[in-house]
Amino acid sequence: MVVLAAALALAPARVFAHVQAGEAAGFVTGALHPVSGLDHVLAMIAVGLWGAQLGQPAIWLLPVIFPMVMAFGGMLGLMGIALPGVEIGIAVSAVVLGVLILREARPPLWVAGVVVGLFAVFHGHAHGTELPEGQSGLLYSMGFVMATGCLHALGIGLGLIHRWPAGRSILRLAGGLIAGAGLVFLWQAVA
Amino acid sequence: MSGPRRYRPRRPAAAFSYRTWLVAGLALLFPTVADAHLVQTGFGPFYDGISHLAVSPDDLLLVISLSLLAGLRGRSAGRLVLFTLPAAWLLGGLAGIAWPALDAAPLATSLSLLLIGGLVASDLDLADGLVAGMAVAFGLFHGYLNGAAMRGSGLDVVGLLGIVAAVFIGAALIIAGIVSLRRPWARIVVRVAGSWVVAIGLLMLGWWVRA
Repeated sequence: MVVLAAALALAPARVFAHVQAGEAAGFVTGALHPVSGLDHVLAMIAVGLWGAQLGQPAIWLLPVIFPMVMAFGGMLGLMGIALPGVEIGIAVSAVVLGVLILREARPPLWVAGVVVGLFAVFHGHAHGTELPEGQSGLLYSMGFVMATGCLHALGIGLGLIHRWPAGRSILRLAGGLIAGAGLVFLWQAVA
Repeated sequence: MSGPRRYRPRRPAAAFSYRTWLVAGLALLFPTVADAHLVQTGFGPFYDGISHLAVSPDDLLLVISLSLLAGLRGRSAGRLVLFTLPAAWLLGGLAGIAWPALDAAPLATSLSLLLIGGLVASDLDLADGLVAGMAVAFGLFHGYLNGAAMRGSGLDVVGLLGIVAAVFIGAALIIAGIVSLRRPWARIVVRVAGSWVVAIGLLMLGWWVRA
């Protein structure tokens, strides 16, 4: 009799689930945007890699600065304030960050923050001007901020290999590859 | 003379007879109606209110960011916010139901996220009273907006109670999680989350200007 009761209780005929069309799509679109372009992906990961190379407090300070300044750039894009050379700026970010990782550059913290912040504006501006019509702006913003942060976290996680000698070499190699890819993006942007 | 008796374990009796399984199988094929909306009980709006927080990202972000701030400031601030935020939300909601004048304020919401997210990211040492005061202020405001939006929609006070319950539970879970963090890097993760809230607030500001 217990089994019968349980079977009856678990046998619903209808379940009405309410779905608001379009709202969830904004979050997914936003989350996918940073990973839709290899230039964005490499730059985001490079910020995490470089932060891991620099160690405390840059390892968390750079991924804190980047999203906020990126959002500022996004705000400029949303407000219709033009920023010249956005694609060039994004490509250059990959080149510069890659070179900094390759050379294991250790500038003062404020310099590192300025470099990262400067490039963040270009990335944010690109995101802010590319929202598809009919989707939720707030959810889009949440999606791409969180996705960007996750890419930084990935970079930091990968960058932790620098504590080993072989890891340091691999990290520098990665920096070189990122810089090379950045040159390709730069060529595509100016050609 | 016969040899020693061989031991043969007895087969255990089946937990259920075949008749039981047959009845259960037939029962699974019997369709019934699931009363998912509790229309008859009148308690449906309460659950609508609970789900409101999950489908309202601006309210959800405010609760999350305030809870992060309260948790970072410690147990005392956490306890204060845990009770002042829902209480203020309830009072604000009742005021909104009674005197609806405004049901959305994207600029104010953006600025509140900028402020609270910035405080979380900076991890400034704030007085417990100040944190609780912010919880009261923002709880009153968002509660008012919810109440004004719900007036006349059939949700009213019961729906508001659902929202307040969700605010309380959400805040409790987050604050409890934050105050129990021990490792230094975990606190940094919370501060990073605060920077994300600032970023979202900035973008909301941009949306408001664009609209």
